[in-house]
Amino acid sequence: MLKSASNQVVFAGIRKILNTPSNVSSLVDLRDLRFGYGATDVLHGVTLNVPRGKVVAIMGGSGCGKTTLMRLIGGQLKPKSGLLKVCGESVPELDRTGLYALRRRMSMLFQFGALFTDMSVFDNVAFPMREHTELPEVIIRDLVLMKLHAVGLRGSAQLMPSELSGGMARRVALARAIALDPELMLFDEPFAGLDPISLGVIGQLIRKLNDALGASSIVVTHDVQESLKIVDYIYFLSEGKVVAEGTPDEIRASRDPWVHQFVWGETDGPVPFQVPANPYEEALLGAQGA
Amino acid sequence: MLDGLLSFFSFIGSRTISAVWRLGFAARFFGMLILLSGSSFRRINLTLREIYFSGVMSLIIILVSGLFVGMVLGLQGYDTLARYGSEEALGVLVALSLVRELGPVVAGLLFASRAGSAITAEIGLMKATEQLDAMDMMAVNPIARVVAPRFWGGVISMPLLAALFSAMGVLGGYLVGVVMIGTDSGSFWGQMQASVDFQRDILNGVIKSMVFGIAVSWVAVFEGYDSDATAEGVSRATTRTVVTSSLAILGLDFILTSLMFRG
Repeated sequence: MLKSASNQVVFAGIRKILNTPSNVSSLVDLRDLRFGYGATDVLHGVTLNVPRGKVVAIMGGSGCGKTTLMRLIGGQLKPKSGLLKVCGESVPELDRTGLYALRRRMSMLFQFGALFTDMSVFDNVAFPMREHTELPEVIIRDLVLMKLHAVGLRGSAQLMPSELSGGMARRVALARAIALDPELMLFDEPFAGLDPISLGVIGQLIRKLNDALGASSIVVTHDVQESLKIVDYIYFLSEGKVVAEGTPDEIRASRDPWVHQFVWGETDGPVPFQVPANPYEEALLGAQGA
Repeated sequence: MLDGLLSFFSFIGSRTISAVWRLGFAARFFGMLILLSGSSFRRINLTLREIYFSGVMSLIIILVSGLFVGMVLGLQGYDTLARYGSEEALGVLVALSLVRELGPVVAGLLFASRAGSAITAEIGLMKATEQLDAMDMMAVNPIARVVAPRFWGGVISMPLLAALFSAMGVLGGYLVGVVMIGTDSGSFWGQMQASVDFQRDILNGVIKSMVFGIAVSWVAVFEGYDSDATAEGVSRATTRTVVTSSLAILGLDFILTSLMFRG
């Protein structure tokens, strides 16, 4: 699917054109990060670290704050307090110009691809290059075809997003995400709604493209088995806090009841099956309408 | 009783605060839109594309409506003028009605329904499918790249469409008044030429259509950008665009007319 020899050609150069430094060892550094929507707190002091060149997964049940955390790292939201550094820069302190300069060094894959529906696959991948570089169209053409080749969709360059399957759309979005050879890639639920084959393809692409680019990746997901195959480190979030962390082997061997329940998909455990409520007997036999 | 009264005043207060807040946001949005409009002109292809979608694609409805409005004006005008023996003034009546009022106003209303609603729906759907967020994450400002070209496309298209509407209306009035009813062709065109003043009538009509173009395009892009990111949210925003811009056109028309033609 992807050969390392050609990767040097595919991914050489654009970072130099954008003149971006890449000498920070820890790409993402979060310490005691707190965030809330209005009066409702979502994150209660998250501390995590993403080293350069690694693929890190953030897992947890629905509503635990995973996507919020991703949006904080991308600068779409501002934290209430705590440290949030990406590529050595404190994201909450950046103005719009600084934030855009930082975002040129990162990319984000949205849950359903977020392809521009009025553009072809080719134009979608070419979009960041046309917006941020002065490259001649003939070079952009070659680069786009290389990116599409890397995700196996060079033959679909002229299709419109409406003609793609869910898995293909995700791969095109991945090609667009690597268009400017980012240092940091953020993946928001990249496996959601995919068939097993597409799921495996996307998982392998995330790993191989990360290694080829020498980038770092954060994968927000609740697909445990696929993630354990491709990531270097995992953080588990629950109720806005990191409750467990470790390498895939450590996670598999973990005796922590919370991790065990999540990894093996058990219906009951520290995360109860029943939403908290008054006693069952009281509800059935007590006052009407209880 | 007292509780009911308090909750009534609280409801009115919260609605007022929310309306004022939204108006303020719309004004700030407009300011930002103007500040970020440079790329719409530097990369003129983006704006030309929107002129095509807002202007060229609205041509059929504008031309056909203009023709029918002119034909009705011809019939009604002839009927009224004939009572006073002034049939030869039909051309003046048709032309003044169109260039001063009906051209800008009806073309504006049609533009709001056809192009304004489409702009809102497109931007709203881009928001709902995270396309605007994706663009923002690529360090491309969606207001500069998506909103501004659509705004300027609408602003430029609107006066052209109003002019075409008026031209087709005059043609419709001619077809009914001269070709069908048999009013004198020389009087129709001659009196029109003598009575329609370029600055007072035509230029004021063009100014009106430009103001309506700004109002409709502003409402359309704002409603799309501010819509809730759901199917229902986009649907509501589209409806709001048509209602708000229609009311804005009629209200602004009264203000502009009173300023331009008060004597």
